[in-house]
Amino acid sequence: MGQQGKHLNSIHVSHEKHTATCATEIMAIPETVCISMSQHIGAPCKPLVAKGDAVKVGQVIGDTDAFVSAPIHSSVSGTVKDIITMRNVMGGKDQMVVIEADGKQEVWEEIKPPVINDMKDFIAAMRASGLVGLGGASFPTHIKLNPKNLDEVETLIVNAAECEPFITSDHRLMLENTQYIIDGVLAVMKYLDIKMAYIGVEENKPDAIEKLNAVIKENGHENDIKVHVLRARYPQGAERVMIYEITGKTMNAGELPAQYGIVLSNVTTFAFIGQYLKTGRPLTTKRITVDGNAIAEPKNIIVPIGTRLADVAAACGGYKAEPKKIIMGGPMMGRAVYSDEFPLVKNNNAILFFDGPQALIPEETGCIKCGMCTRACPFNLLPVSMVEAYENKDADKLNKLKVMQCMECGSCSYVCPAKRPLSFTHKMAKAFVKEAASK
Amino acid sequence: MDNKYHDKLIVSSAPHAVGPISTQKIMGLVLVALIPAFISGIYQFGYRAAVLTIVCVIACVVFEYLMNVILKKKQTVGDLSAVLTGVLLAFNLPSGLPYWIAIVGCFAAIVVVKQLFGGIGQNLVNPAVTARIFLFIAFATEMTTWPTARGAGVDAVTSATPLGELGMGGPEAVTASNMDLFLGNVGGCIGEVSALALLIGGIFLICSRVITWHIPVSFLATVAVLGLIWGGLDGAIFHLCAGGVMLGAFFCATDYVTSPTLPMGKIIFGIGCGLFTMLIRIFASYPEGVSFAILLMNILTPYIDRICENRMYPAPKKAKGGDE
Repeated sequence: MGQQGKHLNSIHVSHEKHTATCATEIMAIPETVCISMSQHIGAPCKPLVAKGDAVKVGQVIGDTDAFVSAPIHSSVSGTVKDIITMRNVMGGKDQMVVIEADGKQEVWEEIKPPVINDMKDFIAAMRASGLVGLGGASFPTHIKLNPKNLDEVETLIVNAAECEPFITSDHRLMLENTQYIIDGVLAVMKYLDIKMAYIGVEENKPDAIEKLNAVIKENGHENDIKVHVLRARYPQGAERVMIYEITGKTMNAGELPAQYGIVLSNVTTFAFIGQYLKTGRPLTTKRITVDGNAIAEPKNIIVPIGTRLADVAAACGGYKAEPKKIIMGGPMMGRAVYSDEFPLVKNNNAILFFDGPQALIPEETGCIKCGMCTRACPFNLLPVSMVEAYENKDADKLNKLKVMQCMECGSCSYVCPAKRPLSFTHKMAKAFVKEAASK
Repeated sequence: MDNKYHDKLIVSSAPHAVGPISTQKIMGLVLVALIPAFISGIYQFGYRAAVLTIVCVIACVVFEYLMNVILKKKQTVGDLSAVLTGVLLAFNLPSGLPYWIAIVGCFAAIVVVKQLFGGIGQNLVNPAVTARIFLFIAFATEMTTWPTARGAGVDAVTSATPLGELGMGGPEAVTASNMDLFLGNVGGCIGEVSALALLIGGIFLICSRVITWHIPVSFLATVAVLGLIWGGLDGAIFHLCAGGVMLGAFFCATDYVTSPTLPMGKIIFGIGCGLFTMLIRIFASYPEGVSFAILLMNILTPYIDRICENRMYPAPKKAKGGDE
């Protein structure tokens, strides 16, 4: 296994892992939460509660019949105050259930550990848990774990590469909830009949690697669960990069890992599976890293889903400087939000509050054709040529340059000495190519 | 509800962080890499080498500043590219050149070759190299009057360059040893005489990842192979150390803007530079051909880029059989 000495292009980013030694705290329940009905890829949920309804922790408050979806649960006990529509970070509009918490955190009566006898029960439990890919893509897990060619799947990959700067929530999870991770991995291996699992961890987390190895040994699974140590380079945590680094298989954009006999998910996803099978408590909280120069006390904290970012900030000592940019996720691929009234959603693993200087993006200057972008691209794409083709509105050329392979990891923009927004232009170019193809 | 930060945040596309490398830093590193050659130039040719270099730098920066003002463009003096052009041009001049001629060269480099084509990143050919060729043809006498190097231990005020001697009288006419050439104890342009100093700077540039090895190695290897064919081992070393090969291979041919972007293109470019340099040295009527070779390959660069881009339409790197 593994391709010794063979790697995709990668870059060095400043790690900024200030919170790596901060043991996770649990946030006090906020006065209100605002739970989005669209927290996964696929069809949004419809609210199942109305204004004035009493809800309990873990109660299903949103669901839909659509296949690609996952139910949404209340993270607090209390009363539904309102159902509102709010513009989301993607520019669309989402329905949100606003719940006034009573602080009692009474647990819904129907919550009990799932009874699982076979694969079908397992997949049903995964859907009921509300689990989505917690690495960022938020693809419903019950679909991911149930590929059409399940017989051909022989490898499980746990993506524990936390390559985004600042974020340490997965790192803390690996130290604090190691057994849940292994439980989750073993459950998936059992029900999906997978013989081999790899946990891909970057070498800059030696304590996590040690802990994982120790717990794997305690469980007696040294032979079928292996920790694969990755270089601490960006973007090791990207799905296609991780698959190449561990198996040597080259996956193209638009393909699924299952086509290559692989099921891959984020480490937090597996830890949740382990925890859910034991407790039956659906996905209502999230461990996140809060950092950035505008926040008083950077830390790792477990936050109820639906908590407004302003409340998260308050739980971290409040703002010590005026926030100029708030990012959901890491600085490389995260999304800047327009308001700290925005609520936390399932796939968030970090909230960064940047002050003025940190938010400052240097002015763009002329391209000097240095080629650093090409050498940074994991897939050897030609960022400058793609930008030129986009500016010329040349969809054929963009296709020839394989613009759709771009995963917008941001490496090209990061290394560009002229500070050109290459990654952003690729995003625009991809949208343009899709539009051109539909004509 | 406290709406203090509602709709008042910067919303931009990822990434929200940028790397530490900037155009200014790259140019700065190249300037640092030229320091050994500058010291060698001052040692060999005296204070006038320093003054001529400073005159060129000031002239280039002033021309750059004025052109940005006249063309109503964003000021680009801060990126240090004009400073670098000034230094590179000065290094390609004999130290005794009248200042006004050097300033004419700076005008050609910055105003004509760089700014009129759109400024940084847009020029088709290397400004310093092209300006040198212009001066070389327009002021042939002044540009070929070589003050004697201190290290040569000769009393004359001016002397011929080793390549000049080779051109006039063949290998037997060359008075300097290969070691003199390597150390820079010979007549020539300010910055080109010491192969050692340029090698130190060039290796620094490769180690600090400002340039890749492709162009210098393929350029020098081509010169060495052709030198070997025409003059044996001594010939190879002579051609590597003489004239502007080292300066050209590490500092002029590697100019990002006017050289190919992809590794394969860089190698083709380097081989082309070496080939034309040697063809001119051996067969043409000029003793030295580095500038002409680089200029010619600059012009071919867009075509080399296009060929390589077509070849390299980037599939994700194919792994040789994942073994599971």
